[in-house]
Amino acid sequence: MQEELIKRAKELLADGTVARVLGWKAGDLPYNPEPSYFENEDQLKNFVYNGFCGANLSKYMIEASKLEGKTLVFLKPCDTYSFNQLIKEHRVDREKAFIIGVGCKGKLSIEKIREQGIKGIESITGAEMTDDAETLTIQTIYGEKTCTYASAMLGRCHVCKGKEHQVYDELIGESKDTKDADRFAEVEKIEAMSPEERFAFFQNELSKCIRCNACRNVCPACSCRKCVFDSTKFDSAQKANVDDFEEKMFHIIRAFHVAGRCTDCGECSRVCPQGIPLHLFNRKFIKDIDKFYGEYQAGEDTDSKAPLTNFTFDDVEPSIVGERG
Amino acid sequence: MSECTCHKNYTLDTLIPKVGVITKITQETPDVKTFCVTAPGGGKLFEHMPGQCAMVCVPGIGEAMFSITSSPTNKEYQEFSIKKCGVLTDCLHSLEVGDEITVRGPYGNNFPVDTELKGKNLLFIAGGIGLAPLRSVINYVLDNRDDYGTVDILYGSRSADDLVKLKEIQEVWAKTPGVNVHLTIDRPQEGWDGHVGFVPSYLKEIGFSTDKTALVCGPPIMIKFVLAGLEELGFNRSQCYTTLELRMKCGIGKCGRCNIGSKYVCKDGPVFRCDEVDELPNEY
Amino acid sequence: MYKIAKSNLPALFRAIAETKELYLPIRRAGQVNFGPWSEDAEVDVETLKTVKSPKDVFFPQSENLYSCEREGKDIKIEPQALQDQEFVVFGMKACDIKGVEVLDKVFLADPIDTFYAARRDHGIIVAMACHEPEESCFCKVFGVDCADPEKSAADVAVWMLGDDLIWKAITEKGEALTKAVESLLENADADSDKLEEEKNNIRAIVEKLPYSNLSLEGWGGDKLEEKFNSPKWEELYKPCLACGTCTFVCPTCQCYDIKDYDTGHGVQRYRCWDSCMYSDFTMMAHGNNRTSQMQRFRQRFMHKLVYFPANNDGMYSCVGCGRCVEKCPSSLNIVKVIKSMGGEQ
Repeated sequence: MQEELIKRAKELLADGTVARVLGWKAGDLPYNPEPSYFENEDQLKNFVYNGFCGANLSKYMIEASKLEGKTLVFLKPCDTYSFNQLIKEHRVDREKAFIIGVGCKGKLSIEKIREQGIKGIESITGAEMTDDAETLTIQTIYGEKTCTYASAMLGRCHVCKGKEHQVYDELIGESKDTKDADRFAEVEKIEAMSPEERFAFFQNELSKCIRCNACRNVCPACSCRKCVFDSTKFDSAQKANVDDFEEKMFHIIRAFHVAGRCTDCGECSRVCPQGIPLHLFNRKFIKDIDKFYGEYQAGEDTDSKAPLTNFTFDDVEPSIVGERG
Repeated sequence: MSECTCHKNYTLDTLIPKVGVITKITQETPDVKTFCVTAPGGGKLFEHMPGQCAMVCVPGIGEAMFSITSSPTNKEYQEFSIKKCGVLTDCLHSLEVGDEITVRGPYGNNFPVDTELKGKNLLFIAGGIGLAPLRSVINYVLDNRDDYGTVDILYGSRSADDLVKLKEIQEVWAKTPGVNVHLTIDRPQEGWDGHVGFVPSYLKEIGFSTDKTALVCGPPIMIKFVLAGLEELGFNRSQCYTTLELRMKCGIGKCGRCNIGSKYVCKDGPVFRCDEVDELPNEY
Repeated sequence: MYKIAKSNLPALFRAIAETKELYLPIRRAGQVNFGPWSEDAEVDVETLKTVKSPKDVFFPQSENLYSCEREGKDIKIEPQALQDQEFVVFGMKACDIKGVEVLDKVFLADPIDTFYAARRDHGIIVAMACHEPEESCFCKVFGVDCADPEKSAADVAVWMLGDDLIWKAITEKGEALTKAVESLLENADADSDKLEEEKNNIRAIVEKLPYSNLSLEGWGGDKLEEKFNSPKWEELYKPCLACGTCTFVCPTCQCYDIKDYDTGHGVQRYRCWDSCMYSDFTMMAHGNNRTSQMQRFRQRFMHKLVYFPANNDGMYSCVGCGRCVEKCPSSLNIVKVIKSMGGEQ
């Protein structure tokens, strides 16, 4: 699939359809490709598309929309929800994007591989998109190791939103629905906890937060030009959590701010250096929105009214809060 | 817990401020006030050299670096001329005589009044509030008159009302032998019979001779054109001094904000000779 | 030279903690970071790298400097008490100790940062050799020998050797600590050959690591103009999210912010880690001298690879711990920067 993508990118650059390509550039380790712009055929030599290309490129299109000419962007099925949502919020310009929907069979997490005790990694086979392997074979300094593809997948891929791209100009490559778990199972588990247990759970998780802002900066829904947490005008611009109230406040405010707009792309949890399952906050909101206002998936389209920004007589009454305890 | 074995006596950290009391406030211009600050029991908070700065803070509101505008030869108090331009300075302007603030310092280097500048003819060029750090040097020089050659002071502002320390300039500086004062304002104004025009063009009009050492302070754009003007007049970059201003927090070259190239403006500056500035990456 | 069975480590930790505060790698919610020992803490000395470096033992992410109270017009300042009790940091790796040496250059330079100095004076470092280095490590490039923490600024060096932990005091402080726990240790002079073998094994692994032969050619204190003006920055910074992950996991990043926190009955002056990657880092009331992310990105690497060595006799402020390699959300890191503008190997 990678060769096909490169070929098509070259064509679109050559015929002037696009001025640049936004994709992934091969890294210097088997698992660290980085988001990158390519402006000519020569640069495309380093283009890569494999299981480690988890980064959602939608948000980069905010900046790319301000550039001269069209940008060819490669989006995986789940990334297209983010792109649509950004169109809805007038953050990206659809006309500035040439979208190739790329096939996806689930993206890999190096952390998940490390958790299995695999270290000293030299090479990984089975992560390429042409390969239908169910197993990753990993050469390490400490010998050859294997693990199943599924066991190395990002958490979000286990609740895959499906093979369908929501927006695209062309499609290249086959996708695979990697869903093997219930999307709300984790949320339900937390809902079933007693308030004390629940508090302790989040306390434990959020106490790891180092306020690096990676979750916010990667989040396609966090596209404010100036975030309240960056403003020097309030005491909110804390760069460290002064107490355990603050470490929760940042994440709770962020979750509220993206509620109804979060497409559940899972980037927040992917990038968190401390492995905090940040998506759980957002998913709880999604679950509640589904329940109170009917099923809704942000980013499924670009023009429908979102439940939280739309009033209908069927809306739940605020008293629901009291009733649910 | 085991007893400490190092037996070290730590001096009070430089990040801990002193309490200062405001003993006098002078409204210099519509948006500049000069604050006299002493220790609560009277006397200066610390000794400083001309060009050095201090961190002035209203607890809970903010803290920022200001140049000390009084000369070290003033034995009673320190002065800060502060322009109203943000949250902290708004608050400072609302304070009254007797109010307390915190001050830590002095920070940074100083104009080399006791070394390179000694015996030299001096040319001070200031714009607006940029007079504040230079005033410290000027008064130091006037108080040690015999150690220096001729003194020229070229000072300009937007209008006559925006000239800081006008009374002192006209009544003290201008009347001191061997001191020439050249004032200018940007636009003509009723009641002003002095020069009208920007500082850099007035500089070229006067056409100072190159037997002087220039000390320049003002808005970045003014500094840029003044330095170009001095070069046109034949001044060498190593004959000119200026001050840089970047965001500072610690004042001691550790917090990293004012790092530019291998220099920390708060510690290695704020005073730089212009040929030293040229060696810094262009990020100021 | 002493040893203690790994299975007996809990007793060792308990014994140390009886008289001193003890910090060591602790697993919490799936992640290992340095933290205070407690009876129910899940100690993990097997994980090679903690997420955050242990620098916050000496330079906490957030710490009070003083409190300030108003009585009428009067202001009263109460400086925060300095560390005055000895404490132990167990399990620091050689790279992280080198990181502390970098921090020393900053905080112990005149004027000394007394908050930091007091912690350094009271801290006892027990360094642990890296049994199984990983592919993201490149400490060798910066002259660190992860096989032999004895050569670092540690007080005690330890090695994992089979079922045992080898213990060797290096400094006076280390001797004193050894004495305090001597009853749990047994003589291990007979194991010195095995220890040499372990060191050689580790060094052999280090040779095989992909970054071990990274060349620093082209970097250093005298490369300011050439590096600063390189067109490569424009290309390199592009994927950067402007987050602070690299900064906050780094053992040498030491920039901080100073802020006031109004508690309602007084003001707490505290400082906290800051990142030059953040947009407001250099923001002033009347402007910002670094307005683009490219400039901020460049600053971080120029500081580590050019400015710092210029001020510190060629010492880089990177120790090759590889945390940024593992943690950057966009897979950027200092290795990519070094390679793209220096001698590629």
